[in-house]
This record gives sequence, C-alpha cells and structure tokens, in this order.
Amino acid sequence: MTTTSFAWQRVAQHRLFWPLVALVALLVANTINRPSFLAVTVRDGHLSGSLVNLLKNGAPLLLVALGMTLVIATRGIDLSVGAVVAISGAVALSFIASSPNPDSLSTVLVAVGIALALSFVLGVWNGFLVSVLGIQPIIATLVLMTAGRGVAMLITSGQITTVNSAPFKTIGSGFWAGLPVAVVLAAIVFVAVALLTRRTALGMLIESVGINPEASRLAGVRSRSIIWTVYAVSALFAGLAGLMISSGTMAADANNAGLFIELDAILAVVIGGTSLAGGKFSLSGTLVGVLVIQTLTLTVTMLGISPSVTPLFKAIVVILVCLAQSPKVRDVVAARRRRAARTPAEAAEVAA
Amino acid sequence: MTTAVPDGRPVVEMTGISIEFPGVKALDGVDLSLRPGEVHALMGENGAGKSTLIKALTGVYSIDSGRIVVDGTEHTFSGPGEAQAAGVSTVYQEVNLCENLSVAENIMLGHEVRRFGAIDWRATRRRAGEMLSRLNLDIDPASSLAAHSLAIQQLVAISRALVVDVKVLILDEPTSSLDADEVAQLFAVVRRLRDEGVAVLFVSHFLEQVYEISDRMTVLRNGKLVGEYVTAELPRLELVSKMIGTSLEVLSELEEAPKRSIADSEGTAPFVQAVGLGRKGSIQPFDLDIYAGEVVGLAGLLGSGRTELARLLAGADHADEGQTLVAGAPTRLRNPRAAMRQRIAFSSEHRKAEGIVGDLTIRENIVLGLQADRGWARRLPASRWTSSSTSTSRRSPSGRRTRTRSSRTCRAATSRRCCSRDGSRRRPSSSSSTSRRAASTSAPRPRSRSSSPSSRPRACPCCSSRPSSRRCCGSATASPSCATG
Amino acid sequence: MSAVQTPTPTPAPGAGPRASRAAGSGSARGLTSRLRLDRRYLPVLGTLVVLVLMLAIGGSRYENFLTDRNIANLFINNAHLIVLAVGMTFVILTGGIDLSVGSVVALSGITTASLLAAGWPVTVVVPLAVLIGSVLGLVVGIMVHVFEIQPFIATLAAMFLARGLCYVISLESIAITDESFVDLATWNVKIGDARVNAAVVIALAVVAIAFYLLHYTQFGRTVYAIGGGEQSAMLMGLPVARTKVLVYVVSGTCAGIGGLLFAMYSRSGYSLTGVGMELDAIAAVVIGGTILTGGTGFVLGSVLGVLVLGLIQTIITFEGTLSSWWTKIVIGVLLLVFVILQRVLVVRRR
Repeated sequence: MTTTSFAWQRVAQHRLFWPLVALVALLVANTINRPSFLAVTVRDGHLSGSLVNLLKNGAPLLLVALGMTLVIATRGIDLSVGAVVAISGAVALSFIASSPNPDSLSTVLVAVGIALALSFVLGVWNGFLVSVLGIQPIIATLVLMTAGRGVAMLITSGQITTVNSAPFKTIGSGFWAGLPVAVVLAAIVFVAVALLTRRTALGMLIESVGINPEASRLAGVRSRSIIWTVYAVSALFAGLAGLMISSGTMAADANNAGLFIELDAILAVVIGGTSLAGGKFSLSGTLVGVLVIQTLTLTVTMLGISPSVTPLFKAIVVILVCLAQSPKVRDVVAARRRRAARTPAEAAEVAA
Repeated sequence: MTTAVPDGRPVVEMTGISIEFPGVKALDGVDLSLRPGEVHALMGENGAGKSTLIKALTGVYSIDSGRIVVDGTEHTFSGPGEAQAAGVSTVYQEVNLCENLSVAENIMLGHEVRRFGAIDWRATRRRAGEMLSRLNLDIDPASSLAAHSLAIQQLVAISRALVVDVKVLILDEPTSSLDADEVAQLFAVVRRLRDEGVAVLFVSHFLEQVYEISDRMTVLRNGKLVGEYVTAELPRLELVSKMIGTSLEVLSELEEAPKRSIADSEGTAPFVQAVGLGRKGSIQPFDLDIYAGEVVGLAGLLGSGRTELARLLAGADHADEGQTLVAGAPTRLRNPRAAMRQRIAFSSEHRKAEGIVGDLTIRENIVLGLQADRGWARRLPASRWTSSSTSTSRRSPSGRRTRTRSSRTCRAATSRRCCSRDGSRRRPSSSSSTSRRAASTSAPRPRSRSSSPSSRPRACPCCSSRPSSRRCCGSATASPSCATG
Repeated sequence: MSAVQTPTPTPAPGAGPRASRAAGSGSARGLTSRLRLDRRYLPVLGTLVVLVLMLAIGGSRYENFLTDRNIANLFINNAHLIVLAVGMTFVILTGGIDLSVGSVVALSGITTASLLAAGWPVTVVVPLAVLIGSVLGLVVGIMVHVFEIQPFIATLAAMFLARGLCYVISLESIAITDESFVDLATWNVKIGDARVNAAVVIALAVVAIAFYLLHYTQFGRTVYAIGGGEQSAMLMGLPVARTKVLVYVVSGTCAGIGGLLFAMYSRSGYSLTGVGMELDAIAAVVIGGTILTGGTGFVLGSVLGVLVLGLIQTIITFEGTLSSWWTKIVIGVLLLVFVILQRVLVVRRR
C-alpha cells in the first residue's frame, strides 16, 4: 500500500500533472457532450474529425510557443511574434499576388523563402538588441511589436491581400499522407527542437544561461550566441506560423493576423511548467499547454456556452492554473507533504 | 585598547537557540548575551551560524526552540521592522539601503517629519543632518545615496539605526569593503555609540579588528556554542583554535612552518606572465609572474585591484593593453573560454552569484566548462553517471560492485583532473597500464566488447574519448581516485 | 618573487565621496554637476527636449499647429491615456508591469454604458465604474504578492478576466444617452482661445494627486524604495507587502477612471475598446523616462511621454500624405531610441 501511494505521490508531484488533468477533463467533457468528438474518420483520403481540426488549428500556436519556450528559458521574452506572424503572411502573399504566375510552385517557394528569411532577420535584430546592447527583452521586443504591425500594413498597403494559389494553400489546408500539412510541419519542428536540445548539450547550455548568465559566461558558455540564436529561432518559427495562418485564410490581414498569439504562447509555456524567470524548460510541457489552450477554446464552443462567455471561461481556467502553479501554493503543498511523510517514517522506525 | 568591561543587566539575552533547516541543524542550543555599553564580537568560521543567529534575533528566521529576551521582556520578532521598533537594528555588509533615494530619505524613511499629513522635506532633511553630524559625517542629506562610497553608505545605514533610538546595534561584517581610514572612522563611531550606552554586536573575520574594538566575544563552531570570553583574556591563537577546532599545537606548527619559494630556484620560467596588462577604469598596467607549483597571494585594500587583476588573468574581463604569456607564448585571453583552453581556471569570490548555476545538477555544474569547450554538439555521455548505478550497488553481486563503486568515485571526480594527459599522444603500450586500471574501474561496459585490457587503448571513463585525444581532459596530473577506483 | 608594479593609488584619507565611485562619462557628469542637477532627471529632460523639438518642427512646418486649440485637442484626445500612464508609472516604479489596463478601460466603459442604459443614476454609476478598476487591481495585487505570481502573468490573466467580463455584459456597442452623463461629458471651460473639457480637468487632477502621493507621502517613497531594492526596503522596515498590493490597486483605479474618460469621449461603451492601450501606456511611461527595472522615474515624465505620443499622431495627421500606420512605426522607432539612450546612461553610470 505504501509503495503505490508513494508512486501516486511521485506522479502527482510531476509538474505536468495538473495541466494533463485539465486536458483530460476537457477532452472528457467534450466527449460526453458529443460522443463523436474523439472519432477520427477518413474522408477524401485524409483524416478528419474534431481532433484533427484541433491539432491543425493548434499547429501555428505550437510553433510560436516552441520558440517562446526557448526564449523564456534564457530569461527573456518575445512579444514581437504576433507582428512577425503578420509580416510573414503579408510578405508572402504580396509577393505571390504581384508575381506573374501565382499558381506555380516556384513562386510559392520563393515567397516562402523570402518570408522565412525576413522573419529570421527580424529575430536576429531582436537578438542583437538583447544580447549585444543588453536591452531588457520585454522592451526590446516591444519595439518590434509596435512597429511591426505598421510595417506589415505598409507591405499590404493597408488592404487585406488575398490570393489564389494552390501550392500556398496546402501549407495551411493541405494534407500529406493523410495528416494536415500544418500538423506534420509542426511535428517535424517539435521533434527537431527536442532532438537538438536534449540529444546535444544545447538544452543544458540554454538552461544554464537562463539560470545564471554570469556564472555561465565565466564557465565559458557562449551566452551571447545562445541568446542571439533563440531570438532568431523564435522569429523564424513565428514566420512559419504566419505562413500557416495566412495560408489557412488565404488572406494577409496585417491588423488581425496573429493577434494575441504571443499571449497565448506565453500562457502555453507557463502552463507547461517553464518558469518565466528562465532556466529549466519543458518542450513537452509547452505541447500540453498548447493543447490545453486549444481544447479550452473548442470545449467552450462545443458545450454550447455562448461566445460571449468564452473569454471569461478561458480567463477563469487560466487564473486557476496560474494559482495552482504559483510558488506559494507549491510551497504550501510541499510543506504539507513533508509533514505527512515524516510521521509514517517515524512510525516505521518505531515498528522496526 | 578596550576599556574595562562594564557589568550590567544584559539588554539582549538569547538562551538555547536552535534552528533547523531541512537537512541541517544551523544552530544547536546557542546562548548569547549583549550588555549595554559594550562591544561584543561574534566569532566563527563560515557556516558556523553567525548570520543565522543574527537573523534569529531580528526575526528574519523563526526559532525552533529557545528564548529571546530583549530589555527584560521576552520577544519573538516577526521581522526586521518589529525588531527595529524594539531597538534592535542591523547594518549588513551589503548595506541594504536604496541607492535610488537620497541620503535623507534613506535615513528617515519610515520616520519622516510630517506636516498636515504630507512629508515636510525641509524638516526631514534637517533631522537627517542632525543624525549625520552625530556621527561626524559631513555630507549633503539631499544628495543621492548612489553618489557616495560604500563606507559612507554604511555610516548612513548606522545613522538610520540611530533614528529609532537604538539599544542594540548589530554590525554584520562591516569592514570587509573598507580601507584603513574608513575602518578607523567606523570604529570611532562605534566607540562613541558604545560610550552612549548602546550594545554593539560586531561580526567580523578580521581578527586584529576584533581585538581592537571588542570587549567580549562569543565563539560558535558548526552551529554550537564554544564559549563566551573576555577579549583581553583570550590569546589569538587560542581563539583561532576554538574557532576551527584544531588543537593549539597543530596551529603553532603551521605558524612556524617554512614557506616555499619556487622562484628562488634556478632556471625555472614562470607559467603565466602578465606584461603591462591593464584595463581602463579597472586596473592600471601591471606585471606579474606566476610559477608552476606555487601559491601567489594578492593582498590589498578594497579598490586596490586584486579581483580586477585576477579577472584579467582569467579572461573574465577584457584587457585594454598589455599581453599575457602562457608557458612563454603570448596569448590573448579575450574571454573565460580562451583562458580555460590555456588551463587557467577562475573561481569567483561571489560563490552564489558567479560560481554556480543553481538549478542544474551537480554533475552539470561540474562539467559545464568542459561541455562549453566541446561545443553544444558533442554532448558528454551521461550513461555512466546515472545514480541508478549507486543504488544498485547495494543489491548487486560482488562482481559488479567494483565497477559501480568506481563509477561513484569517478562521478565525484568528473572534473578535468580525472584523466591523465601530458599533451603528447599516448602510445598503446604506456596507455595499457592506465587503461588496465581504467578497465578495471570503468562503469558497465557493453557486453559485446571483449575484455582484454591491453589489446587496445581503453576509452577514458570520464569523457569517453581515447586517452590520446587532445580533447580528453586538461590537466597534467592524474587523480588517484580515478586510477585506483 | 613576483612583484606587482604600479599599484593603484590609495584614496586620500578623510571622509568624502570617492572620485572613482561615480564613474561615468566626463561630459554627462560635468553637465549635471555644472547645472547642479540630479542625474535622475536626465531621462525626463530628454523627453522634454524631444517634446519641444517636435513642437518646434510642427510649428514651423504647418500652420495652425501651435494654436491653443491644437494643444487643447492634444490633451482632450489623450486624457484617458494620461490617466492610464500615471497608474502604470506606479506599477513600473516598483519593477512590475500591468497588462490589464486596456481591458479594464473597456470593462469600466461598458459597465457605465449598460448601467446608465438600465436607468441607474449617474452618481452611483460613476464611482462604481472606478471601483471596478480598484477591485480588479486588488485581485492582481493579491496574486502578485500573496501567491508570488509574476506581474506579467498575473496582469495577463486579469486582462483576460476583464475582457471576458466585458463580453458577458454585452457584445455590441452601447450608446450613452443619459442626460447627466452627457452634460458631464460636454461640460467645458474656456482657456485662452480654446476649450478644455471635464476629462482634461479630471486627468490633470489625477496627475496632481499622483504627484503628491509619490513625493509627499510614505506610500510614494516606499514605491520608489521597492524599485530600488525590495529586499532592502523590507530590511528597512518599510511596509513592502501593503505597498506592492496598493500599486496595483492604484493602477486599476486609474484604469477605471480612464475607462470613464474614454466613455465620455466616445459617448458609448464597447467591449472591444482598449485593445493594445496598455502598450501605449507602457510606451508613454518608458518614453517619459521611467526605467522598466524600477526605482527611477517621474509621473510628470509619463505625462510628457503621452504628449509626445499624441504629437506624433497629430503631426502625421497634419502631414496628410502619410498613412496612419506610420504612427505605429514612428512610435516603435522613438521607443527604441529612448530605450537605447536609457541603456547608454545606465552603462555609463556604472
């Protein structure tokens, strides 16, 4: 009895426990409401169903959240991802719209290339401000966040640019081997980042820079390069997400594309257990966080809760998760657990 | 010299104080009594419990057992504010004032002079000036605190204590950052306060200063009370022996032991030579020779440049002029990495802030430098160092025990000192002796490999590269714990 | 043995600030010492210089730029932002941040509109609208101090909460037709050639109260002390816990007032207002010379920051040829310039 309860305690202590519980609860609620929720059918040669849609809609957020996880791990933050999403979509669609043959694969590839390259450059700019000039990340990325949407508007000349381009459409709406392209891309990026950070020492070095930048520098860690890289990567992923989003609607809306995506991403990262103060990060935690946020939005609509109450519902869940993960609550729970653990051990000693 | 010790009722009496943190008993039945008009020194090594005792008195930590009596009534303060209100003020080594505020604010904040509910700045500044003049400090109360030196800031902190009619003034390592004149200024203030009847608790590890200023002293060791003594009646060596627990004879022997001097021997060249090395705003160009196998001490007052010098040599700061020669060859130590490649390591005085990366594991902390040098792509293998090997050692048969025992010791020594390297490529024959030892002590090998030890050079158990690899580790001596397991 | 040559000279005996302590570029130090200015005022002076420059450029380039009416319009259009920036200054001075103010503006506005439409009297509705902000600020303060949640996340959650409550109240815009309220909104007083309305008067009153609080009460000085070092402030015996919670209450209250002013301005309540307004407030505070790490800054500087932002919009409108989204770009660039300047100042100070 004691071993199983001990095992349960270990499970419950895991930092992903409560987010996973929330996720399962949401999925259960959805399934109860509509049993076909979990059903995945094959239609037109590809998978379809609510779950598939959930994953497809969550792919851009996952990309942004992955980049955000790495940035937050270095004790930084990237508020400009929303603007990068808008710029990326604007650039790609404007290029395709102004090209002679928008349907050709090469045009689309060039457009995608330009968009990703520009996103990368913007990330390098952010990284420069933070790692070389030493500006606080929140204000350094706020600059791009403010100016970026203006730039996106400039590119689209204030219009919502729409195009008709089949190859570009596949990014957001197409299917590869039965799965949505967006999901496949996000999965590839996730696996790549996971391998890069955990199979190599990159993850540990990033954590080291976030926990104690000066001690890391004295130990010989290339703090500046690491910080510069994570901002560039974050913007690159945001650019890819921007392509997905604009491809999904086949329109580039400079004002609304990626609006608040940075806030959702930060929330996903925090729900996943990574601390905003930097240091140890968890990619799987971010994945769970993204799923929780996506499922939350879906659940609320599915449960028939009117759209006016959705944000409030989301807000309450967010607050509850934040409270449950707050240091104070964690300390109280740990102290209580320590007190409870002491008495059985003492009883065992007396018995022995 | 100290005056005769006055005898009066103690203003602070702490008896049987015990504080326990998870895993460690910080204080175990410690007593302390402070009398008015007396300077009382609290002595002990690092970790003896001095700051814990002070924090117990001022209410930062709650005590597990014991009682604290201040001025006749038993108190348990819930925080520094309450302690201050009862007349117990602390001045910390880091001063703990707000640099963005003015001197007057730092002195008077919390007790400002009000007029019709609003702060009357002129009256507040005047009162602050009065406090300053009580300490013979001639500075403008309206000036920003950041504009003054640390010594002045410390005296401002003491002025703050005076505002609340202090009965007990605790000075926690007050002289660590002061030069001789500033120390004299501080001591003059302390003597004046003592003569006014304030009880002063003086914590310091500068023995000469303790002997100069204190009347009585309490010695702690490992959280326990060693005793309370009158300063004039306790010789220095005896005090040191009580503090560190080593007998008097051993200490006397150490005092008399002859000092080595490498440079006196003929024909030796320095390992590291700094020639005109300097950094603007930090340290003027200096020359320094360091020989292999010697310990060089840098002595100087605050601001003389000791830490700055060390940081330049270690590549922690960038030198503006001059050059460093390592083993005769000029090198640019642009950053810590470059210095480490030259086998120069730096251990900072700020252990927590610059020395460790707190949330990483011990292993990760130790190999951080090595990993940074290898680059992020080539990760140091973790498989040998999992703690499961130590936990299985209890259950494993005797055959495996040798391996796991050695993996434990090698894990503790997974620093560069583990493997042996002398810079040259090792021949298989000479490596067989070490490799045989390494083979017998290496952690669980994959079963597919044959176990003939001398057929080919074994991988270094610490970093899994061949002993002949340049990247293996970086020191000239092998650690015995790795070789013998 | 090894010898260290040319040791650094020990300082002369006697008290007095050490010369090496106040390291910094010669020019900045020389200027401040010559003008007997505290170095802390330098960032705000920079903002003032920019403001004067913009007024000068605008005045010389366009007609009717420096008129009373134009200046008055500047205040009228930005009254709500002035109040928001004042509240945000308190929070940023302690080293925190408040992302919820935009949503609280919307909540306060739509509450006002819906309650007035339901027939509640103005005398009850107006204080209630402000109180909503205070209560939300209290919630945030408790989350930040008691639960030790980081201000960014706590105020982010509050932002969602406030926005969520807005949507529950109404998804559509509600016009305000209550007579007393409209009277209040249209009340104005003539100053010189122009008219200034109630919103501006309220905003300036808020600024005056904030100035008094920050510079003449213990609460205000504790705010600065926390920004200078929370640990030090605690060890000095200051009421840090109470103050930390109160700054968020102040910010929330200001957001409530700001919502009221915006409702007076737009004569309606709408749940989608205030999106991104918190960023405008933060930009104004930063441009106004307050450093994000806390401890340094002035509420008057934040007011100057708001005026600078407002002038950018005005200039772009006067220019006519530039599209309005250039505003965002210019604000971003200006923010960058100020941030870099602040950084240079901080580095030089060290």
